[in-house]
Formats: sequence, structure tokens, C-alpha cells
Amino acid sequence: MDLTKLLPILAEGFLVSIKIFALTLLFSIPLGFVVSTLKMCKIPPVRWIINAYILIMRGTPLILQIMFIYFAPTMLFKADAPPDRFWAVIVAFSINYAAYFAEIFRGGIQAVPKGQFEAAQILGFSKMQTFFKITLPQVIKTVLPSIGNEVITLVKDTSLAQVIAVSELFALAKKQASTQFSVMPLFVAGVFYFVFNWLVTVLFDLGEKKLSYYK
Amino acid sequence: MAMLEVRNLRKCYGDLEVISDISFDVNEGEVLSVIGPSGSGKSTMLRCINQLEKITSGTVCVCGENMITGERNGEAVYASADVLKKIRRNVGLVFQNFNLFPHFSVLRNITEAPISVLKIPKEQAEAKAMELLGKMGLADKAKSYPCELSGGQQQRVSIARALALSPQMLFFDEPTSALDPELTGEILAVIKELAAEKMTMVIVTHEMAFARDVSDRVIFMDGGVIVEEGAPSELFGNPQNDRTKQFLKRYSENTFKGDS
Repeated sequence: MDLTKLLPILAEGFLVSIKIFALTLLFSIPLGFVVSTLKMCKIPPVRWIINAYILIMRGTPLILQIMFIYFAPTMLFKADAPPDRFWAVIVAFSINYAAYFAEIFRGGIQAVPKGQFEAAQILGFSKMQTFFKITLPQVIKTVLPSIGNEVITLVKDTSLAQVIAVSELFALAKKQASTQFSVMPLFVAGVFYFVFNWLVTVLFDLGEKKLSYYK
Repeated sequence: MAMLEVRNLRKCYGDLEVISDISFDVNEGEVLSVIGPSGSGKSTMLRCINQLEKITSGTVCVCGENMITGERNGEAVYASADVLKKIRRNVGLVFQNFNLFPHFSVLRNITEAPISVLKIPKEQAEAKAMELLGKMGLADKAKSYPCELSGGQQQRVSIARALALSPQMLFFDEPTSALDPELTGEILAVIKELAAEKMTMVIVTHEMAFARDVSDRVIFMDGGVIVEEGAPSELFGNPQNDRTKQFLKRYSENTFKGDS
């Protein structure tokens, strides 16, 4: 099979990969912020729960977490039907990446000097104003390189969705490879991931450059 | 009229008492300097008055508003959030490390609080900021970022930032301790100018010659108590307490040599 037939098939899978990618970021970044705030909470039981959550999310394979989210409702909780495959993937990815983002954000928030909060307090800023005007912009600058790392990993991790038969890029490439007895589709899929990550890298570099106006 | 009344102020961290029973007044238009060795509780006292640290017991009254309403279970009970906010608006604090917001331009560092806290229109806030910057000799730095300024310039911006909120009273927490002697002079000149304008100020400082020149009254603190208090001429010229004498000896030997 020539490339003109292969490319549309892979492009279709790639679209699914991008959807997983975008939706995961959309949910996991705000969730990560909430988790990082809770982790710094003064109430011990809240911290324990958050610590356990982060430990599990980072301590077990994402591929296993995807399977758990998909199979647990029917096998453990006697649900009538399994959840939608695509959304099971989104949930698993979001809660997994939120754990990583939470730790990155916590580092970023703790890196803001105490004097910044004190100055904000003295000047009379409310807690919300302090967070959005003073803390968040400084946190973003600090965490951007680490977030870039995670985002690039996420692009490649979307291929794990194939474990519950979501037709993303890698699943389709593998299928093409086996029907055609050729590694060509897998190689082309690799190029897709590579080019996309190149773009992600350029965007993060731009972001860092934009924030380099101050030290 | 007393702008600030501190009575029996105590501050403990657990069992460690860092301030024990301090009382003093600051009158309108008065400049009070607080001197003393490191760890004597000077900065902690300032932080207590500015609500950055919780007071253990005692009362603080700022511009007629009581910050503390009583005591319960060995802890000071604070006034309502509204009263505390009102007190906060009446006072300004200049930090040792400036604490400017690095991601804001010099101008925005000064205008952000007037605009978003006091709800002053942007043009008006900017006009006032430019006026203050002019007074600080930094009108050409409005568009710069803090990291592009020297320490002395940063500290002048932070003084302008505090003044932009039109405080009744200004506190300085070792405003020159992070600066070299040359830059120190810039800041002291600014504070002197404010003193000439009858700004009520409390200055925690290690600059003895400056404290002597600028203040109406000086407090010497050690070990969490006020050891001696008086006019600068008395306290520096004829200290009564042995601890004060010992502390000032080093300075009279160095700082004041050929100075008077």
C-alpha cells in the first residue's frame, strides 16, 4: 500500500491522539492546581489522602490505570455496561497527569519567596488577587520547563490508549503494519509523534522566551 | 495625638518569648527609630504591628483603631476583618529585601495596589506613581523591571509603592541592611525628606548616625524588651543603661569619629 492511502488512515488516528492530548491537558492542569493546594493544606487527613493519591498515580503504570478505569465499573462494581472507551482514557490520563502537575505546581508555588506574599498582604491584596496577580504569573515562569517535559511525554503516552482498543494513531499504525507485513506504518506514526513534539518544543521555547523579560 | 499605641506587647513562639512586655507611643509627625542587636525582637515587633505575625498578648492601637480586642486562652483576640483592613490601609511597610513584584514594571509595582485595592482610576494612579517616582529621582525608570535596577533604586521604588497608598504612617524594617554604604545614602536621603514633610515613621535600623540625625526619639531594644528610650541626643550622647553603653560603644568609636 502506498503512502497516499496510509496517510489518511494514520491522520484519522492522529486526530484521536490529539483529542486525548488536548482534553487531558484541559482537565489535568486545573485539577493539578487543586491537588497541589490540597497537598499544602494544614489539615493532616486531607494531606494524607492527597499523598496516597499521588503515590498511587505515580507509583503504578498508566496503562494499568487505564485498564482499571475501563474494567472496574463492570468487574468490581457490577455496572451493567463498561464506560465509554474514549472517556475512560480521558479520565485515566487526567487523574494521572494531575498528580504529576500537582507536584510541579507545588514546587513552583513554594519557590515564590515568602516576601512576595507578605508584600501583597501589606498592600491589601485579597487572597484571590494575590494568587492571580502575584503568585500565578511567577509560578508559571518557574514551572514552564517542567511542564514542557510532561506535555511532551503526554504526546507519546497517548499511544497507551490502544490497551482498551481506542483507535488512536499507534493502534491504527500497528493494525496497518500487521495487515501489510511492513514496519512502514509504524515508522510513519513515529514521524507524526516526532513532528508534533517538535512543534510543542518550539511553543514552549517561545513561552519561556516571552517570560524571560524578568529574572 | 498618638498615631500608634503599643501596650504590653508580647510575642512567643511556643515556649520561646521573643518580645516581652513592650509599650510605647508614636505621635503624629514623629520619627521613631528602633535600634538594638540582632535578635533583640525589633523586626518581630514591627511585623506584629503590621499583622505579619500574630501577637501573643497585649494591645496595639493604630490611628485610633484597636487591633486587639481582648485575650482568650492565653492568646490575643483580633478585631474584625473590617477593622484590620482599615488599619492595614492606614499603614505602610518597607521591607529589608524590597519585595518588589519581579514580573511587574516599576510603574505597575506602584499602581497595582491603588488600582485593585483602593479602586482608584488607572490614569489617576499612574499620575500619582509618576509624581512619586519623580520625587524618588526615578521618573525615567517607570518602564523598567525591578531586576534592571540597583538595590538602592529598588528600595526607592518600594518606598514609592508604600506611599502610593497614602498611608498615615510608614514602617521601615531595616531598609538599608541589604545595601552597600553608597546605596544606603540614597535611601537615608529619601527618609530624611519624608521626615521633613512630617511623615509619621517607625524605623528599625542599624544605621546609628542616621537614627541620631533623623529621629525625634530612639528606642534601644535588647532581649525582647525596651532597655532605654529617649531623645537621640540623650540616648546617643549620654546613655544611662550599661547595656546601651556597651552596644553604642562600637558605634561611637567608628561611626561618629570626626562626625560631630
